[in-house]
Amino acid sequence: MKQKNIHTSQYFNLEGSTIYVSGPLNIYNSSGFLHDAETFFRSNPGTGFSLNLSGVTRLDSAGALALHSLQKTAQQHNITLNIEDTTEEISNKLELFRPVENKTVAPGKKEPLFYRLGDSAVHIFNEYIVTFFYLVSDILFWSVKDVFNSKQRRRGEFLNQAVSIGVNALPIVASMAFIIGLVLALQSSSQLRNFGANIYIVDLTVIAMMAEMGPLITAILVAGRSGSAIAAEIATMKVTSELDALKTMGLNPLRFVVIPKIYGSLITLPFLTILASISGIAGGALAAYLYLDITPEIFFNRMPEALYQKDILTGLIKSIVFALIIVVTGAFFGFKVEEGAEGVGRSTTSSVVAAITLVIIADSILGLMFY
Amino acid sequence: MKENKIIEINHLKVTFDDREVLKDVSFTITQGDVTVILGGSGSGKSTILKHILGLFPVEAGVVNLLDQDIATLKEKDELDFYLKLGVFYQNGALLNSLTVGDNVALPLEQHTDLPPQLIEEMVRTKLNLVNLEDAYYLYPSQLSGGMLKRAALARAIILDPPVLFCDEPGAGLDPVSLAALDELILKLRDQLGMTVVMVTHEVSSILRIADKILFVEDGVIGFDGTLEEARKSPLPSLKDFFTVGTGGKKG
Ligand SMILES: Nc1ncnc2c1ncn2[C@@H]1O[C@H](COP(=O)(O)OP(=O)(O)O)[C@@H](O)[C@H]1O
Ligand SMILES: [Mg+2]
Repeated sequence: MKQKNIHTSQYFNLEGSTIYVSGPLNIYNSSGFLHDAETFFRSNPGTGFSLNLSGVTRLDSAGALALHSLQKTAQQHNITLNIEDTTEEISNKLELFRPVENKTVAPGKKEPLFYRLGDSAVHIFNEYIVTFFYLVSDILFWSVKDVFNSKQRRRGEFLNQAVSIGVNALPIVASMAFIIGLVLALQSSSQLRNFGANIYIVDLTVIAMMAEMGPLITAILVAGRSGSAIAAEIATMKVTSELDALKTMGLNPLRFVVIPKIYGSLITLPFLTILASISGIAGGALAAYLYLDITPEIFFNRMPEALYQKDILTGLIKSIVFALIIVVTGAFFGFKVEEGAEGVGRSTTSSVVAAITLVIIADSILGLMFY
Repeated sequence: MKENKIIEINHLKVTFDDREVLKDVSFTITQGDVTVILGGSGSGKSTILKHILGLFPVEAGVVNLLDQDIATLKEKDELDFYLKLGVFYQNGALLNSLTVGDNVALPLEQHTDLPPQLIEEMVRTKLNLVNLEDAYYLYPSQLSGGMLKRAALARAIILDPPVLFCDEPGAGLDPVSLAALDELILKLRDQLGMTVVMVTHEVSSILRIADKILFVEDGVIGFDGTLEEARKSPLPSLKDFFTVGTGGKKG
């Protein structure tokens, strides 16, 4: 059904083949203007119009671009639209704010799926695995070489790191281990009681804490506390060009920043681990006393029989490996930071997730090796 | 033509921790002028700008911008007020998590209902005005210092504000970009009637664009007048700016 409908609108007025545009055109109403224009041209078909702008009171860049866009759309529909009767001010603005040709292309998204998959596999291999092993070998090299050469470190830095990574973590590590030891013993106690094997709570707690839970709890807590701090520190230094500054002052950033952290953690983590194990055993002893009527005296008399040298050694070896993992992943993600403040945040998160994952993987491998 | 006062400051005093940075600052800025605030580093130029913008509470004196006493600006009027101002911060202050295009588009997306295509066209047009069209998809961290400044300027003028504040927009720009920037400022003044308040040390730029000069020295306005008057001023410290800045010999 055809309907002759002379559209009256806020902005347009048709007289003959001249469209009179009136009102202000700015960022707040250009959207409405374009909308209006569409309805207007739909209800007033034609092939050629003049656009009279004498009634336009205020024009800003949005209005100017809306007019350009109107002209372009009209052209696409084979309608010629000649702008006439503009003040100098308005034609100046139309000239100043004209649409620019889009020369830039949005990055990415165009390549075929398999190409991208292959590409990202190579990318991950180069970016992560290769650089990670370079970093590990560098760190190992310098940590051995620098043991007796403190020139490349700031004096007292090693001690600072030992305190901040190890000593300061003591309260949280000890209390967490205590709670886990207690809960572990508690959960097992009812089963053991069913078999009348109450006394084996000692073996269970001691072995689990020494070889497994002590090192693991310590490593996870230290990764959360210090691994993230290491990543954030190095990432911030990189973003603010501090690492470049070190380099141009003749200081190797790795030796200056990372190696003291390696020493600090290698020295303190074994102690921290042993303390965690002892604290966990104490928690187990408390549970044994409360739920299985095993007095602390009986518990500690039984302990030597449950305490194998091998388990202690396993725990210590694990703690050393974990210490390396935590510092190296922290440093790795710190050095890998992308520019900007939120790059630092991303690096920090990645470093904690990666460190905990690697710690658990290493724990199972070592657990199998020393089984 | 009626001389409209856009900014009026009376007896502004600013102390930071007992350190008197501005002792007694008074001046007015007229609509449609490019006013350059000049002064040594640390003399308090940025501090003046920040007080005009209401970024610091006014402790003593009166600051009037667009007939609004900054001290009595109500929270519900803040948006309308700030939409009339374009501000270029000394270090760019672009959001690092957004591309340059998105940074410049941000005020439009937040405050208008323009269709996305028109927004993109406006952003590209403004980026083109600062000669930065190619940076549309780049992130701020991928730009050089001079490009960052230009991107920040594009963001400052995206809403065609009647008043534009610039804190050292020219620092770190090459001479060609600097001249292009000056030309743009003049276009904004002449074709949009924009009032521009600018802190800059670039003498070449000052000679090209300044209508008025305010010279800050020892916590007061040491000189207030037109560019011509400033060049003829006998004030030694102001004279130095022009002679040293243009490479001329000091007598
Ligand atoms: N937020 C602040 N807190 C304390 N002192 C400041 C603060 N901002 C600026 N100042 C001091 O005020 C003085 C003027 O600074 P500023 O206005 O930035 O100088 P410039 O003229 O170089 O822009 C400087 O001595 C600076 O140390
Ligand atoms: Mg400043």
